[in-house]
Amino acid sequence: MNLEIILHAGLATGTILLFATIGELITERSGIINLGVEGMMLVGAMMGFSVSLSTGNPWLGVLAAMFAAGILGLAHGLVTIHFQADQVVSGLALTFLGTGLALVLGEGLTGKNPPLLPEFTIPGLSSIPFIGPVFFTDLSILVYIGYIFIPLVWFYIYKTRPGMHLRAIGEKPEAADTLGVNVYRLRYFYVFVGACLAGLAGVTISLAVSPGWYSAQTTSGQGWIAIGLVIFAQWNPLRAAFGAYLFGALQRGILDLQGPAVLLGFANPLFINSNWGFFLKMMPYLLVILALVIGSRTAIKKHIGAPAALGIPYIRGERGL
Amino acid sequence: MNLPFDIRFEKRSEDNAWWLPAATSLGAVVVAFIVSGIILKLIGGQPLVVGKFFWEATFGSWATISDTLVKATPLILVGLACSVAFKMKLWNIGAEGQFYMGAFFASLVVLVPIVPLDSPKIVIIGSMMIMGMIGGAIWGFFPGFLKAKFNVNEIITTLMLNYVAILWNNFWIFDRWSDGGFQMTPTFVKSAWLPRLADYARQYKAFSGITLHLGVIIGFAAAILVWWIFSRSRWGYEIKLIGDNPKAARYAGLNISRNIILVMMFSGALAGLAGMSEISGVVHRLQERISPGYGFTGIIIAWLAKLDPFAVIVVSILFGALIVAGREIQPSGLAQLLQGIILFMVISSDVLLRYKIRIVRTQPATA
Repeated sequence: MNLEIILHAGLATGTILLFATIGELITERSGIINLGVEGMMLVGAMMGFSVSLSTGNPWLGVLAAMFAAGILGLAHGLVTIHFQADQVVSGLALTFLGTGLALVLGEGLTGKNPPLLPEFTIPGLSSIPFIGPVFFTDLSILVYIGYIFIPLVWFYIYKTRPGMHLRAIGEKPEAADTLGVNVYRLRYFYVFVGACLAGLAGVTISLAVSPGWYSAQTTSGQGWIAIGLVIFAQWNPLRAAFGAYLFGALQRGILDLQGPAVLLGFANPLFINSNWGFFLKMMPYLLVILALVIGSRTAIKKHIGAPAALGIPYIRGERGL
Repeated sequence: MNLPFDIRFEKRSEDNAWWLPAATSLGAVVVAFIVSGIILKLIGGQPLVVGKFFWEATFGSWATISDTLVKATPLILVGLACSVAFKMKLWNIGAEGQFYMGAFFASLVVLVPIVPLDSPKIVIIGSMMIMGMIGGAIWGFFPGFLKAKFNVNEIITTLMLNYVAILWNNFWIFDRWSDGGFQMTPTFVKSAWLPRLADYARQYKAFSGITLHLGVIIGFAAAILVWWIFSRSRWGYEIKLIGDNPKAARYAGLNISRNIILVMMFSGALAGLAGMSEISGVVHRLQERISPGYGFTGIIIAWLAKLDPFAVIVVSILFGALIVAGREIQPSGLAQLLQGIILFMVISSDVLLRYKIRIVRTQPATA
């Protein structure tokens, strides 16, 4: 039970959620909900692990993971954008498809040891007291990439022209279309980008944060937590990043409660009977629900919320209902 | 892209022929099987051998048909649970958790015990059914309440509660009710078992070894009840109206919040009943992994059946067969993969119901 250690480990687990949450956020900003994050993450985790194992190069694994998840995302894009199928159901189908695919192709990967992504300490920054050991010491390169990634995404969405188009096709696709923005093509693109990031989140697990392939246990619901965090974040990338790291640290801190024999001067019931741990493991899921309640209440107060065209197929030349 | 032709989607103006929805669903399933066969071939399997095995393991004999129906039983109930919620466009993804809670509450009847264990069978089974429904309904109430009061997205809450329900059950079977350190409760008394055909083997020789239990009748009865609610009752009409056009429903003075909670509880109760039927009819105790994802399969079933309660029965039997065969087919994720592909094909094929697809020439063909 050491704040420094919890935050440090929380950053690593938070990075998984960060990529998945930002990916889903970008997709939803374009007006498409993709509930298949869990399935895409599993496929990413499996592909990355497997390619790193067979080629010996973890970076090829990362690329393969992102690409494989991206292809799955395109399937969702085709079904929802062109066939105008229900996005919720298509996303669920993608979850099944991704999970099944990952389990089938991942047969026999358990227990293997592929080369992993590097971990290192950033010289100079790591010697700052408290901040250094938490943020810049012995972390996977993906965690550092995550740090840079957050402001970039924020800048892209709010300060660039393509970012404005992204917001436009999610809020008012008819208007964007009138201005010459290709709504279909951009939606495909952002579904693909979001899916690639889900794949990256998956490979962050299997090749960096908790290396290994444990079939469906590899992700154990992280993809769903990411979808919850998007709502909690009110589609704001900075809030999403905060939520992801906060959840990473909470998940970690909760697990650490089981360690010590004495907690705040009392005998730790979790230490005496480890079965009480089942209640601890419920916490992340219950916290997501709590976060959603908080998020929904602020949304009502501040009149902000989901992109206006979220979940509604855009049909050119047809007026919306 | 400048193709010499253009694919156009034209909205169908007239009502579809009655057979068209069924035909597209069937076509989608067939295509899904073919696609899965191709995937299996690509990863080095033998699709035809697997296919033949699949048939023999599921419909090959009376015993295997019975196995298939036993697996179809919980699927019918969770499929109905999902259909009921989906009719109101409530995305109850939590049938899995409601199933576990139903099983937990039904177990309370025997393990606490709530009724004396020497009561007649009908009392014990009856209270287990009621408790199972209560357990599922409670687990449906929370997301319904949060949705109605705070507009909290029910997809995420129902899903999160799935994990919570499974962990809750684990606590009881690992700790309080553990049978000699094993991760299961002691076997229930015989009077808490749903009657099986095999129980009558003494009178009818043909029934020996047939595990089909009364749960399948409960499933059929539930399907008739759901059919009645949606085609004959006022409440069913309200649910459909809210689902299709919430604005109109609000103007008509319907209480949407109350209906959200009620429908989630009804949906949960059906899923809870599935949990009860499974522990009382099949495993005869509470243990880990009583559901290999029935709650999630229920979502696919509801969609494939186009939310029609009788179609749910037919589709459940198909998926029951998939599960029976999937237990023995390697690799193990294959059944899940097939389910995903089927659902994808079905929702893609829906476009055929709403649109005619025409290929129109846009440029004169040049020789």
